[in-house]
Amino acid sequence: MTASLSSDSAAAAGDLSTSRVGKAATVSVLLGALVLAALPMVLPNYQVSVLTEVLIFAVLAMSIDMLAGYAGRTSLCHGAIFGTATYMTIWLAQDGSSIAVAMIAGVLMATMLAAVFGMLAIRTSGVYFLLLTLALGMVVWGICLRWTSVTGGENGLRGPGRPEFLNDHVSFYYVVFVCVALITLAMWRIVRSPFGLTMRGIRDSESRMQALGYNVPLHMFAAFTISGFFAGMAGALYAVFNNFVSPSAVALVLSVEGLLMTIVGGVGTLFGGFIGAAAIIALENVVSLYTERWQSVLGAVFIIIMIFAPDGVLGRLKDGFGKWTSRSSR
Amino acid sequence: MNGLSLLQILNGLTFAALLFIVASGFTLIFGLLRIVNLAHGALYLAGGYVGYSAATTTGSFLIGTMAAMGAVALIGLVIERGLLRFVGDNEMRQVLLTLGVTFLLNDMLLVLYGGDTFTVPVPELLRGALNWSGFFYPKYRLFVLGLGIAVFILLWLLLNRTRLGALIRAGVDDAETIAALGVNIRRIFLFTFLLGAALAGLGGVIGGAFLTLYPSADAEILVFSLAVVIIGGRGSLLGAAVGAIAVGMLNTIGQVMFPELAYFVIFGPMALLLAFRPLGLFGRSV
Amino acid sequence: MDRRTFLFAGGSLAASIPLSGSWMARAQGEPIRIGLMAPLTGVVASGGREMVDGFQMYFAEKGGLIAGRPVEIIVEDDGANPDIALQKARRLVEQAKVHLLFGNLLANTGLAVANYVESTGTPYFIPIIAADDLTQRHRISNVIRVAGYSASHFPRPLADWALAQGWRKAATISQDYTFGHEQCGGFSQVFRAGGGEVIGQFWHPLNTSDFSSYLGQLAGLGVDVIFAMETGADATRFMQQYRDFGLKGNIPLIGAMNMTDQSVIRTMGDEVEGIVSAAHFAEGSTVPATQEFVARYEAAYKNLPSLYGFAMYSGAMWIDEALKSIDGDISDTGAFLAAVSKTELTGSPLGTAVKLDDYGNPIYDVVIRSLRKRPDGRFWNEPIAEYPAVSQFWTYDPEEYLRQPAFSRDYQG
Repeated sequence: MTASLSSDSAAAAGDLSTSRVGKAATVSVLLGALVLAALPMVLPNYQVSVLTEVLIFAVLAMSIDMLAGYAGRTSLCHGAIFGTATYMTIWLAQDGSSIAVAMIAGVLMATMLAAVFGMLAIRTSGVYFLLLTLALGMVVWGICLRWTSVTGGENGLRGPGRPEFLNDHVSFYYVVFVCVALITLAMWRIVRSPFGLTMRGIRDSESRMQALGYNVPLHMFAAFTISGFFAGMAGALYAVFNNFVSPSAVALVLSVEGLLMTIVGGVGTLFGGFIGAAAIIALENVVSLYTERWQSVLGAVFIIIMIFAPDGVLGRLKDGFGKWTSRSSR
Repeated sequence: MNGLSLLQILNGLTFAALLFIVASGFTLIFGLLRIVNLAHGALYLAGGYVGYSAATTTGSFLIGTMAAMGAVALIGLVIERGLLRFVGDNEMRQVLLTLGVTFLLNDMLLVLYGGDTFTVPVPELLRGALNWSGFFYPKYRLFVLGLGIAVFILLWLLLNRTRLGALIRAGVDDAETIAALGVNIRRIFLFTFLLGAALAGLGGVIGGAFLTLYPSADAEILVFSLAVVIIGGRGSLLGAAVGAIAVGMLNTIGQVMFPELAYFVIFGPMALLLAFRPLGLFGRSV
Repeated sequence: MDRRTFLFAGGSLAASIPLSGSWMARAQGEPIRIGLMAPLTGVVASGGREMVDGFQMYFAEKGGLIAGRPVEIIVEDDGANPDIALQKARRLVEQAKVHLLFGNLLANTGLAVANYVESTGTPYFIPIIAADDLTQRHRISNVIRVAGYSASHFPRPLADWALAQGWRKAATISQDYTFGHEQCGGFSQVFRAGGGEVIGQFWHPLNTSDFSSYLGQLAGLGVDVIFAMETGADATRFMQQYRDFGLKGNIPLIGAMNMTDQSVIRTMGDEVEGIVSAAHFAEGSTVPATQEFVARYEAAYKNLPSLYGFAMYSGAMWIDEALKSIDGDISDTGAFLAAVSKTELTGSPLGTAVKLDDYGNPIYDVVIRSLRKRPDGRFWNEPIAEYPAVSQFWTYDPEEYLRQPAFSRDYQG
């Protein structure tokens, strides 16, 4: 019985370090980055702000993937970690702190929260990990909803607005683009590092890694905290983007949507987060032009993906590509 | 604000009885099929709505209850045979699939019933309050308490006094061995899934009569049921009962004594328990 | 099919008013695009539906015209969620290029959108969003409460009425969020000032499934009257459990208008009889204009109009009147907003003239209403007393009043 989502394809993704697939991957990543950099020049204003949202949520999806794809743990509390950073950023900014200081504090707060959650969660795996993180996320949501004097309760908090030079959608997009590029690079380095390899080892067999002398709980704790750190970064960016925060920023739905983006993009592919975020946000924007039944569509997409393409879009492509290359090299 | 009165203890227990009815179905499915059925809350709400329709049309609470259990078992059949079959044994895929079902089913219910709040009408006999020299208590809530106990006894008899129950219990511990013994485990799985779904439907009618039915009622009951099962441990009937009482009482205590932290009072202890006893109070590892 | 046209056709069909195909041809100029946001999914979906119904009913009756120009209504679901509301507002303003925004139901969605339009300058009208400070301490010039009310507005005359019944000891129970804090604040402030005593105040989370522990405490306080502020499903449950625990008939229950609104009570029975509330609108009123509106609405939607349907209908009329006064020219936002503020609404279903005070909140004749059974068995709110020309500041001096802090759990006047 497999505890993680489609660990096979994730393992396959890990093995594509060499040769043609590796080169193809590098090329497509660079191409993707180029497209993302060029798009605002051709898109109308509103679409640029949607694209900004895609970048931010891609970071959230990738932070979930760091755990799901590389440590074999599916989290349902990353939305809460993300939103904690959003809350902290807005809370400080509305009191007059500079936006940079507020964002750093937000990320720190999210990282601390992730460390606490990590300590509680590292002992569990599989479905129990999912349930525990779900419960921890609910606690955060409950606090944000009820601690009215700080969080503004149901009404949430309103930020002071973006700094002058970021008010324009396009310039804000490029700032986010640079941030997200750096964050993505950092994440990529981490999952390719010896630490990342160890995590994949743990994902495939905890007992083997234990036997080899690795401190599994410590690695797990570190992975959770690092992943929370990145989720916090996404949350801090979101605070500046939205200039507003309410309990829905820490709600379960956000964790679920983040996870769906990860899955659509392909668990264990990291960069799939961009595809997942783009697909879900685009779908939501298109669907709501025609119908109010977004929830139904979301549910149906979830069901269809789980049945037909649990490896996600990128996982599928990679599978096909892998088969193709192995056939052609034969 | 002040300590717990008899009234509050009774409130906690009646809420616990409802939670037990809902969560017992959840824990049976989780225990035997290893499926965390996140659509359980949506099944509860579907049961409540169907029960409301049937009870208001026929004027009979009993017919409403039967209709709800039947209809929800049918939805369960579709989920089990029509969807879950295709995702194999992968736990995560199953969980996320049921999450998709939740979104879809909820939205469909919103289309069918609109957003109005409905209350399942209860029989004349159960309306109003009992009065012991100035101490009022609603009759219906005492009925819920009794029903919770009855469901516990019936399920206990089913699991411990019948051959089917023995197979289910054995399946909770080791499904592969049972299958190897030539028992049609698929059929037992299906039966358990339908039974669990029907219990959600029963809960929907019972709960719909005093907690009302409205969009998002499903998420609330689901979160409470999750807490019950996590505390009690997967697949354990006794665990579900103990968990339900714990959650029901914590909920009341939270509302009365720590209104600011009402949510934390339930989920804080649960998270701690899960961190240190991942399988819950009565759960067994496989 | 494009949902815009679909929705408009749907709305007019529901209103059973034949819409001739020629109005487009008759109309002059480019259509006025209105972004209408309402929660069509989520906890308050039924209220959201009625917002859309009421709004579309008005334009269906006017043949799809606003001040002689065709109107294009783009409906968006805010999901009862401020983040979604914000996203939809952005789309309506930046992509659909609407001339004005309308709607939202929950205060948190309204505040999020208000925060956004503050930077874009888009006119935004809020007949339902009642957050006090939008017409008090934090006014935004392009956010106007046409046909709406502020949260603490109506509980004040209700408190005065309660004192007149000889009640001196009260308790309040309310959902724990700003809308509740403000309504209870308005009630408590006036009740205390008039010599009454508020013995206990209970705040419970939204979506409390079980009120039993609160009811147990309320029953033991020995008060003369209980003021409750509940919305949606909480309201239904509260009133039912109030009866189930034997409080009904022993302690009079009065409440916020949203608790006894049609959107709540239409699925309920005898448990609601005799509950008293205060509002600008009462569907059981004998005023001819109100009766006509109620009859038309009932014919179109098979339900008695709720606060939401009424307020959005009147809000649409308000904008129509304002635009007529400037010949439908919406290009100058400043002039348009000034026209809206100056408009005195005479033809609304209330049957009396309504205008805005200096702070942008309407002044109303407030009625005290009691829930009574109609001959057909449905319950509705019938007026039993009236307070003419009540402003959001009650009898206080606005300048002085605004120096007190906003109502919260900790500050109740």
